[in-house]
This record gives sequence, structure tokens and C-alpha cells, in this order.
Amino acid sequence: MDAVWPIGLYFVLVVLLIGAMLVGSYVLGQRHDDRATGSPYEGGIVSEGSARVRFSARYYLIAMFFVVFDLEAVFIFSWAVAAKEVGWPGYWEIVIFIGVLVATLAYLWRLGALDWSGEPRRRREGKAMPQKL
Amino acid sequence: MEIVIHIVTVLVVLFVVLNIAAGLIWVERRLLALWQDRYGPNRVGPLGLMQVAADTIKLFFKEDWVPPFADKGVFILAPAIVMLTVLMSFTVLPFAPGMQITDLNIGLLFVLAMSSLGVYSVVLGGWSSDNKYSLLGGLRAAAQMLGYEVFMGLALMGVVLMAGSFSLRAIVDAQSKMWFIVPQFVGFVLFLIAGAAEMRRLPFDIPEAESELVAGFHSEYSGMKFGMFFVGEYVGVVLISALISILFLGGWHGPLLPPIVWFLIKMFAFIAFFILLRAGLPRPRFDQLMSWGWKIMLPLALANLLVTGAIVLAVK
Repeated sequence: MDAVWPIGLYFVLVVLLIGAMLVGSYVLGQRHDDRATGSPYEGGIVSEGSARVRFSARYYLIAMFFVVFDLEAVFIFSWAVAAKEVGWPGYWEIVIFIGVLVATLAYLWRLGALDWSGEPRRRREGKAMPQKL
Repeated sequence: MEIVIHIVTVLVVLFVVLNIAAGLIWVERRLLALWQDRYGPNRVGPLGLMQVAADTIKLFFKEDWVPPFADKGVFILAPAIVMLTVLMSFTVLPFAPGMQITDLNIGLLFVLAMSSLGVYSVVLGGWSSDNKYSLLGGLRAAAQMLGYEVFMGLALMGVVLMAGSFSLRAIVDAQSKMWFIVPQFVGFVLFLIAGAAEMRRLPFDIPEAESELVAGFHSEYSGMKFGMFFVGEYVGVVLISALISILFLGGWHGPLLPPIVWFLIKMFAFIAFFILLRAGLPRPRFDQLMSWGWKIMLPLALANLLVTGAIVLAVK
């Protein structure tokens, strides 16, 4: 492995560059203050209320799926790099692991958690479905 | 002597990457114009080449406005994050033999980590602006980038399997006989799509869809802070193109021409491809994008990985 310090040097240079861009823009930029300067730009329509609103939980769900699936992906990463060493036993273990992952995905899919259309989930007649998300 | 070479490499990489990214603004506008039957920028300097310099100077002299209603610290931090993370990824890329800042043995993971951190910039930028369009754009960006992050990593694991290493130099060396695009074609296609989505390039620029959300997460940004989001996007295009060349097209490998020339040819071919994508494709709907990712890309990436693993083990 090579020396790591050049990354540090590069990092310092990039930070300096970003700092210079921010400060330069602040110093050089014009300033003005008109009637509507301090209001949010919403395509010319007068802004109503704050943007600090409660928002659809779908976005929150995706973040949760990400945590679940990306954590599992980390285990797959560690298998991928060692696949030749762990051989077939390791392969069958990862097959089981990915099988569980696919089952989870199928469950979420059936639950309707992957549908973004905004319509209420289709409920099949006479069949108890899991708790609505 | 060793130290001098390292310092020169660092300076050259940073300088060249930033200039390619800036030049891309001109290249993109000219190419789009070509495909849309118009001229594009052709007034400032020969062929309009100085347009980039003119735009940069203009951005510096524009009002550097921080909204009085915004969360100021976070608002200023967000564009800095996007530039920092996307530029840091270049530290581990091998451009040609000996032309690399550092070869980390976890190089590929480093790049993936940096692109994950990049999500913060758009989410924080969108949230701190305290503008409804920005908030929508930021949330869309979060969902899109988090979703596509998962398959982006998994699509690359086929390459890691075959090379047996996360080090990007080792991956390039492993392709001296055959480029990975041949055995890993599925992984290549998945990574191409995920990469475009991760960098919020058209047709996946839903977080900043200007026909719906003004400018999405950077509606309230002006001056050089807006410029930094812009530079970040173009550096991102360079990064994804360079990564595809390294991981799937054998990096610097090629006959006759010097290695660095081969690398640049491959990289620019993909840059042009991404611009063509912008010219040729309409934006999908957001729900289409999300279900495409979770319902098609993720199962495909997993299947690709299992098949690759079985073949690698069987051949060994």
C-alpha cells in the first residue's frame, strides 16, 4: 500500500479551495435590499407559511429500507472480496443470506411498502393482510 | 524526491479534474446544441470556449444571498459538502501506472462511502433553505440517492469477486486479459443507471426537476454557492465516467497509445454518453424511478452476484 498522507494534503487543498470560493463570493458579490428580497422564492407566488411542515412517512420508510439493505450489503461486500478463499461452503452460506434478503424484499413488496402511487393499498377480499404501514 | 512526486501528483490531479469539470459545462452546452440543431455558446472567445471563464466571473460577482429565514450554518455547509465528497473520491482512482494519489486497499469502499456522504449535501441544502420546493427536492434526493446507493454497491461486487480486491489498481490489473464489461455486462448496466441516478443527472434529476420544483433543493442558492452545486454535479459526471472506465473497461489498458490517453478516451466517451442521455430521454415519474430501483435493479444485482460467484468458484 502507498503512503496515505497525500490524501491528507489533497483534503487540505480542497478545503482551502472551498473556503476561498465561499469567502471570495461573499466579498465580491453585490448586495441589495428590496421589498421582496427576504422572502422565499416560490415561482413568483407570495409565500404562505413556513416550510417546516410534517411530511409523508414514505420518505422515512425508504430511509429505513436503506439502513436494512445497505447493512446487509456490507456483509455481502465482505463475502465478495473473500469469495475465492471461503469457496463453496461460503457460497452456500451467502445464498442463504441473500435468500433471506430476497424474502424480506418480497414481504415488503406484498405489503405495498414499495408502491409510491399514493393510493391506499389494494386489499384482497377475505384475506387478512398484515398491519398497514 | 518521492515526496515531490507525491505533491506534484496531488496538484496535477486536483487541477486537471477541476478544469475538466469546468470545461464540461461548455462541452455539454455545445453537444446539446448540436443534437438540438442550434449553435450553443459561440460568442466568448474561439468557439465560445471562454464562456466558462465568463460564467465563473459572473457567479463571483453575483449576490451571495443567505436567506434570512434559512438555517444559516447548514445552508452554507451544504454546497461545501457536495464539492468535498465528490472531489475526495479522486484520491484513490488510478489514472495510469504510477499516476494515482494513493492506492488504498479499500479504494472502492472509499469511493462508495464518499458518494453516500454526498447525500447529506442535498438533504441539508433542501431542508435548511426553508422553502417548500427545496424541501420537496431534498426529500426526493434523499429517497432516490439512498435507494440507488444500495444497488450501486451490489452491482460492483461482481467486479470485486473476479478481481478479489477492493483496490482499484488491483481491479485494473486483473483486466489485462479481458475487460470486465464482458463477463460483468449486467453489473455494468446496473452501475451505469445507478451512477446516473446517484449523481442526479438527467434523466434522473427529479430532485431538481425545474418544471415542477423551480430548482429543487438549490432553489434558494445564489452566487458561488449555487456554482458549487453545479461544479459538484459536473465533477460527479467525471467521477462516474472515470469509475466505469476503471471498473469495467480496463482503465488504462489498450494497444499502441500511452495508458493515460486510453484512460481519457474511455472516460470522455462515457461523459459524452451521459450528455446524450440528457438530450435523448425524458424524466421518469418519481414513483416509477423508485419502484424500478427496488423491484428490478435490486433483485437483478443480487442474481448477478450469485451467478458470478458460482461461475468464479466453478472455474477455479
